[in-house]
Order: sequence, then structure tokens, then C-alpha cells
Amino acid sequence: MELDYTDKQRAFRAEIRAWLATHVPKQPLPSFDTEEGFKAHREWERTLFEGRWSMVTWPTELGGRGCDLIEWLIFEEEYWRAGAPLRVNQNGVFLLGPTIMDYGTEEQKQRFLPRIAAGDDIWAQGWSEPNAGSDMAAIRTKAIRDGDHYVINGQKTWSTRAVWADWLFGLFRTDPESSRHHGLSFVLVPLDTPGITVRPIRQLNGETGFAEVFFDDVRVPVENRLGDEGAGWSVAMATAGFERGLMLRSPARFQATAAALVRLYQANRAHADRDPAIRNAVLDAWLRAEAYALATYRTASRLIQGGEIGAEASTNKIFWSELDLKMHDAAQAILGAHGELVASVPREGAIGSWIDGFLFAQAGPIYAGTNEIQRNIIAERLLGMPR
Amino acid sequence: MDFTFTEDQLALRANVRSVFMKEVAPELLRELWETDTGRSAELWQLVTEQGLTALSVPEEYGGLGLADIDWVLMAQEVGYYGLTEPLIDTAWVGAALIAALPESAAAFKDVWLARIAHGEAKLAIGHPLNPLVENAHVADLLLLNHRDEVHAVPRGQVTLTAHASLDASRRLFAVEWTPSEATRLADAEVGRTLWADALNRSVLAVAAQLSGLVTRVLDLAIDYTAERKQFGKPIGSFQAVKHLLADVAVELEFAKPALLRAAVSLANGHSKTGLHVSHARLALADTATLAARHTMQVHGAMGYTWELDLQIFMKRIWALAAVWGDKAFHLQRVADHVLASDTVLDPSQTFAA
Ligand SMILES: Cc1cc2nc3c(=O)[nH]c(=O)nc-3n(C[C@H](O)[C@H](O)[C@H](O)COP(=O)(O)OP(=O)(O)OC[C@H]3O[C@@H](n4cnc5c(N)ncnc54)[C@H](O)[C@@H]3O)c2cc1C
Repeated sequence: MELDYTDKQRAFRAEIRAWLATHVPKQPLPSFDTEEGFKAHREWERTLFEGRWSMVTWPTELGGRGCDLIEWLIFEEEYWRAGAPLRVNQNGVFLLGPTIMDYGTEEQKQRFLPRIAAGDDIWAQGWSEPNAGSDMAAIRTKAIRDGDHYVINGQKTWSTRAVWADWLFGLFRTDPESSRHHGLSFVLVPLDTPGITVRPIRQLNGETGFAEVFFDDVRVPVENRLGDEGAGWSVAMATAGFERGLMLRSPARFQATAAALVRLYQANRAHADRDPAIRNAVLDAWLRAEAYALATYRTASRLIQGGEIGAEASTNKIFWSELDLKMHDAAQAILGAHGELVASVPREGAIGSWIDGFLFAQAGPIYAGTNEIQRNIIAERLLGMPR
Repeated sequence: MDFTFTEDQLALRANVRSVFMKEVAPELLRELWETDTGRSAELWQLVTEQGLTALSVPEEYGGLGLADIDWVLMAQEVGYYGLTEPLIDTAWVGAALIAALPESAAAFKDVWLARIAHGEAKLAIGHPLNPLVENAHVADLLLLNHRDEVHAVPRGQVTLTAHASLDASRRLFAVEWTPSEATRLADAEVGRTLWADALNRSVLAVAAQLSGLVTRVLDLAIDYTAERKQFGKPIGSFQAVKHLLADVAVELEFAKPALLRAAVSLANGHSKTGLHVSHARLALADTATLAARHTMQVHGAMGYTWELDLQIFMKRIWALAAVWGDKAFHLQRVADHVLASDTVLDPSQTFAA
């Protein structure tokens, strides 16, 4: 037990801090769920790549820095501290990239990883279908072998960033006779392939943050399959493990929100302290953000020593999503009647900046596997309760 | 940056665990409820033989010189098995307080640290945060706070009045005594630091025991819900039951790292030890009260009986969740840090000095 940074880690922090200080855009970029915002965020990914900061945990020969998870946490802390843009390529960098490193052929690694690193390809995820939500094994979209191609027919939905993304990775039924977890394959699909129709879906905030994707005789080469044919489920589970487990939501994001919440509270104490529950909620939120950071450092040190991510992927997912809700509820309680105002209404103290977060926090317990499903997983796998 | 225990630490825990599992059975705890002292010479002998009384006595006084991190592991086992011998107050908090006494108390240290290491002395600790002193009736020596001064008073020089606890294992006493030059070991100025340290150590010990208790009530509930059948299936297969226990598991998962961090901070004299200890205490008290509620719920009416061992651990949780400072006290310590005008709050500060 040794909770201190090495000199090397401190130097790493200083280096990224200095780089961010000169490179982070002075004005926040427009939302990446708009066309111009998507473009601006793609350019930012390129800037990160040129500084070799786009995926610090990747090997150096791929343009990364070969960082371990502790350094990754340091990177994320500095990134959120600097108020740098959201990662439009998070699906590629944090989820698909590591999956390709584990399951991809040499040829696939060469073909996909450098373009992910540079932000040349932005990726969407295609798991959910209209009748396969929590029950992902109910996937019906087929990819039927025809010579050296798969022919895809069916529909994916809720696919984040698919409106402007270049590629989609997802699970398709390659064995039409199969059911449930069997006979699925993990396939990488260019979204400009003929036969694909992307229909944007407006989210709660009015922006088209996700989309339906329709497949009508879409031909994709067999070499776009990741892992063995029929083994897609286990490849997908590895991806979902990264997502829920560690990389999707680094603690720094919530620590930054908690710090902003404390500032909001301090600026409004005369008003907020009329309700003592607000102070307690603010302190509780701060402690929970801190706890999430500590737990992540603990998981990281376990993984560095050769451990594997287990059911704590599910405890994490529940904890951060419910924390995010709590923090935004507290912010709304402080803002009172100003809480409904949107960001475009000019007001002192950037009051409207909380509403986007408040809306997005509502989705946290749903995406990446609902919290009810996570509780089932915890009960059965962590606690060993009967199915 | 390493949040893992050493092999030695884990081996020590495994050993203590296997001994407690055999020797500190719920039946024994129930038998002790019925006795006058509620304490057991055999159990004290046992913890002495395991080397626990010598654990953090410095080596020059015949101890093992281990630190707060090892003790956190031990205190979790104490919580899990419900041990109420005055082990923690004697061999961890008491020993550390005595070891930190000024040079003027050298002769006192020589005598008492050696006795503690050999299991020949039991200590009780009186602090203004607690209205009563636990285990004062079996203590050879009471370490008492008088306006921040440290006093050591033999049991013969105090008058005790017993107060019954809902947890029949806990023996609590009002202590009447007269401070004097002869009993004083440190003045208020030195004492303030010593007591601040003893307070943090005691709070950490409470938090660690609560962590063990949460695991215990969860284990009991998992076993029960696998066996008990309704509607033709184990009740543990019903989602409503699963989710009650999953809620507890989630909270515990995020309280434990706070506990470990607090132990490291205390051991290293970190400037934010008070904050870190209060964090652990707040998180574990909330987790433990949730655990008591949810694990009782999944037992149905059985959970409301005297017969079920769950009560032993539930009552310990309810009692410990309020000692060594209540929620308001610990939240205020958090507020003193988080809301101070000169505190830097950003994601890079988690491990900052
Ligand atoms: C912002 C956002 C982004 C998303 N991005 C993507 C993406 O990029 N790619 C993608 O593929 N998907 C994405 N999704 C979809 C997401 O994965 C699904 O919404 C999620 O898996 C739940 O499926 P569902 O919406 O069909 O809800 P349902 O499965 O219909 O669930 C509805 C309710 O029933 C509960 N429920 C269902 N089954 C059980 C059960 N067995 N036990 C207990 N309760 C149950 C659920 O918990 C939920 O409360 C996104 C969703 C959101 C909100």
C-alpha cells in the first residue's frame, strides 16, 4: 500500500499539463452532436494525435505512449482539469482499439488502429436493435456469408454519433439458424457502404446524438470480421467490459463536476443554505466523486499486477451514473427557478451550463447496460445469488 | 501508487481469520451476553497468542512495530466476527497513544508498552466525543482526556456506573475520576496532537469494523436467501431481493478504498488525515446502516427474531455507526476542507499532500 506518485508520474503530469495549457481551445467547441461541432471535435482529435496524446495507453509504435493505467488516470485528471473538449472518438480509442489489439489479426491492427489514433475514422457502436435492448442476445440483424462478403440486412438503433461517424462496429447474426449468444459475429462496417440508411434520432436535448441504422443488402468483406465467426458475443463482452469497467467514464470527469458543484454552491450560499440538505448533498457528491477516483486507482493497481476486471465493471457503472444524477439534482436544487434555463440564455454565472449535464445525466443509468441489469450481474456474479 | 496488500499482510489476515472463525462463534458471543463482565479470559489469551496485542507496539518494547494498514485488516476481522475484547483500544489506539507520549513519560512507556505487547494489560479510552467509556470495567488502565491533557488512571481510582447497550456485547460505563498531577502524562498542548491522532485512529478502527460487519451481514443474507424457498424457488432468485443486496455491495465497493486511503494517510501523517478518516467513517456508516436494513428485509420475519444471529451484527452496526463522532461532526470536518476558500478543488488533487 503506497499512495503516492513516482517522479516519473509527476513528470508525466507536468508534461501533459503544459501541453494542454497551450493547446486546449480557448472557446469551448460547439456540441459534437451538431455537424460543425463534430468536425471541430475531429480536428481536436488530430491535434491530440499530433501531440501523441490521443491514446496514451496505446503502444508507442502506434503513436501512443505505452502508458499504464495510473498514467492514464493522471492524463484524464489533467484533461478534465484543463476543461479540454469531449472525446468524439471515445468509441474508437477506448473501446474498439483495445478490442482490436486483443482480437484483431496483424493486418486488422495495421489497417484500423493508426486511423483511430489519428481521428481519421470516428466509430459508432451497433449493439442495440428495436427488439434487442437489455436482452442483447435477441439480436436479429443478419450478416449472411456470400463468397468473401457478408450481406447484412436488418436494423440497429440508438447508435451514438452514427449520424456523422465513418464506421460502425457491432454484432450481427452470421448463422441464421442460431439463437441467443451463439452464431453472432463482431463485424466492422463502413457507414458509407451502399444499402445503409442512417436516420438521426433527436435526444432529450433536441440534438441528434444517436441514430437508427438500416441495412439493406449491405456487402461487407469477410476480413472486416473481428475474431472468429460465431464468437462475436465474447468479443463484444470484452468491449463492454472496457466500457463499463474503466475507460468510458474516468473519475476525473465526475471530480470536475463535483468541483463545479462546490463552486456553484459557494456562489449561492445565502440562498442555498436555507435548505441544509443542499450543503449535505454537495459534500456527499464531493466525497462520492473522491471515492470513485480511489476505487479506480485501486482497480488500476490490481490490473497492473495482473488482475482482471470482473463484476466491478458493474459496480462502477451504477456508482458513476447515480453520482452524476445526484450532482445534477443538487445543482438544480441550488439553481431553483433558474434551473430550467438553457445555456443559450445569457446569464451571469453560466447558470444554463448545468442543464445539458442534467439532461445527459438522466441517460447514465440507461446506456452501457441499464443499472437494473448491472444489479442482476452483481447479485449473480459478485454475490453468487441464484439465477 | 499501489492499493494492494503485501503477501505478508494477507497471510496475517488469513491466519487471524481462520482462528476467529473457529473460536469467535456466535454461540460464544451469546454466552458472554449472560456473564457479568461480558468478556472472556480465553479470548484474550487467544488474541495474545496470535500476536495481536504486540502488533503495533514498537519493536524496542517487544512488539512487532506494524502499522495502521495492518490494523485495518485486523479490525475488519474483529468486525466480521463480532469480537468485543478490548483489543483495538489496547493494542492499536492505546499503544499508539502511549508510544507517542513525550520523553517525560519514558518510564511509563517502558512499563505499559511491554505489558501491552505481552497481553498483560487492557486499556480503555475516554474521550469527550463519547459520553461513555467502553470496557472500562476490565481495563487495567484508563487513558482519559481532560481538557486535551492526557491522563492515565488505574481502574482502582475511578468510579464506574454501567449503562446497558442495545448490543449486549458492548459494556459501557460512565467514569468519575479526579485529574491530578500524578495522573497527567501530557499537557494540553502536547495532548491536543496526541488526542487528534487517537481520535483519527479510533474513527478508522470504527470504520474498519463496520466494513467487516457489512461483509458479515451480506454473507448471512446471501446464505439465507439461497436456502429459503417461496413460490417454489429460492428467494435469492427474485430480482427485488437481489437488488437489495446488490445495493449494499455497490456501496461497500466504494467505501473500502476510502478506508484504505485513510489508513495510509494516518500511517504517514498526511496533512489531510482527518478529512480522509472522516470520509471513510461517513461512507462506511451509511453503507452499514443500509446493509442492516436490507439484509434484515431479505430475512422476512426471521430477521426480526432474537434467535437469528443477524441481530448480533446488526446491533453492532447501529451502535458503532454513532460512536467517535456523529455524522454532523464528520461532515463538518469534510466541509472544513471542501468549503475552505483556499482549498484547490480539481481532479489532480486526490493524492496531493
Ligand atoms: C444516450 C444513449 C446512448 C446510447 N448509445 C448506444 C450506442 O451507441 N450503441 C448501442 O448499441 N446502444 C446504445 N444505447 C442503447 C442502450 O444500450 C439501451 O438503451 C440499453 O441497453 C437498454 O435497452 P432498451 O433501451 O431497449 O431498454 P429495455 O431493455 O426495454 O429496458 C426498459 C426497462 O426495463 C428494464 N429491464 C429490462 N430487462 C430487465 C431485466 N431482465 N431485469 C430488470 N429490469 C429489466 C430496464 O432496466 C429498463 O429500466 C444508448 C442509449 C442511450 C440512452
